[in-house]
Amino acid sequence: MVLIDIQSSTLAVTALLAGIVLVIGGLVVALLIGPRSYTKKKGEPYECGIPTRGDNMAQFHVGYYLFAILFLMFDVETVFLFPWATICKEVGATALAAVGTFLVILVLGLAYAWKKGALRWK
Amino acid sequence: MFDFSVVTKWIDNLFNRVMPEWLSVTIECVLVAAALLVAYLVLAMVYIMYERWVCAWIQCRRGPLRVGPWGSLQIFADVLKMLIKEIVRLWNTDKFLFWLAPFFVVVASVITFACLPWGKGMQVIDFNIGVFFITAISSLGVLGILLAGWSSNSKYTLIGAMRSGAQMVSYELSVGISILTIVCLAGTMSITGIVEAQENGWFIFTGHIPAIIAFVIYMIAANAETNRGPFDLPEAEHELTAGYHSEYSGLHFGYFYLAEYLNLFIVSGIASLLFLGGWMPLHISGWDSFNAVMDFIPPTLWFLGKALFMSFVFIWARWSFPRVRIDQLLALEWRYLMPIGLFNLVLMAVIVSFGWHF
Repeated sequence: MVLIDIQSSTLAVTALLAGIVLVIGGLVVALLIGPRSYTKKKGEPYECGIPTRGDNMAQFHVGYYLFAILFLMFDVETVFLFPWATICKEVGATALAAVGTFLVILVLGLAYAWKKGALRWK
Repeated sequence: MFDFSVVTKWIDNLFNRVMPEWLSVTIECVLVAAALLVAYLVLAMVYIMYERWVCAWIQCRRGPLRVGPWGSLQIFADVLKMLIKEIVRLWNTDKFLFWLAPFFVVVASVITFACLPWGKGMQVIDFNIGVFFITAISSLGVLGILLAGWSSNSKYTLIGAMRSGAQMVSYELSVGISILTIVCLAGTMSITGIVEAQENGWFIFTGHIPAIIAFVIYMIAANAETNRGPFDLPEAEHELTAGYHSEYSGLHFGYFYLAEYLNLFIVSGIASLLFLGGWMPLHISGWDSFNAVMDFIPPTLWFLGKALFMSFVFIWARWSFPRVRIDQLLALEWRYLMPIGLFNLVLMAVIVSFGWHF
């Protein structure tokens, strides 16, 4: 059931364009009616008003990468699980056993990461 | 129950009679886009006022009071103020990415917003993989936030964006797994299908304990996904000024603000569609007159009412819990919500496979 006899993909593109038009339209209006002034100090990044020191591209904690990798592992797993979940009712116990095995292997992976201390924020 | 597609079919026929097909499709697409944007902006305004009123009520304050009755015109003043503020141009930013970031954030929320059905047939995008599409598109928002933080070339925004990225990708998993639990129970990924499967009782009532656990996990994870409440450490103002959007000004900042409020509506909308029956009225078997009264309330009101109620719960949580630390945040997700969610999914699959559900 669609809203009209238009493909949902066309409507998704319509929504995408609507979002882009919203942002561009608003920004154009704001740039036209807003005040404009430029000084050198004003163009500096705002860091509580004190002069910025050093390079602004600061280093950040390596732990973020670790969690991104863990996320990738489990997100791919979720993608695999979606088709199974849809037909879970029809395929019944055999598929459940197969998916259960898959999940057990993944949980072992999580347990390994846990044991290695990857889930601890140091 | 009233099917909104009757109205749209009628308009479609009307157009097709007087003009060639390509023209009618174009006009319909423009009309849909206009309706979508109007709904989006009106809802954003309603939500900003709603949050301010609820916050004021919870904190025993008066809230907005001066502009219009009960301050209800305050939002127009705010929008006007935001529109006429200067958009400050910084000299050290990555200009292209800096200007690109709000597009990602807004477009992700507009497309997700278009997927939510407000009633039977009252929905713009209806894929048969609805919830999957929603999870895919809503994760685009993370890209916008990371771009905003990185391209602003400031230490605070970078740290805010990294925190936000880690938080949103982590909690996306829990959201995905609790959605999976419901897909398992409903047997379809289409949102309309999921809502129609709840005709004889909302999933939170008919889904046994796994549905309730999935609901609680969804609420916690969705709260973190929207960077709100106790999980608002990407924009923890006492340490990071304003997090990833510190360097944005005027309407440029306004877009992040807009998307944040719409995301609140979207997550509460999804919660009400998946767990609380969407536009389906509350029915209690045996109470026929009660059911008849409930049927009398229009479906769209049911959906909006449930979404507003869920948003109330989110705002309530925001003022009830202290902000968590990043290590507590990640521990909550990876050590508690993830394993519990996976176990819960298996439990639900067992219940569904052996037909033990209602």
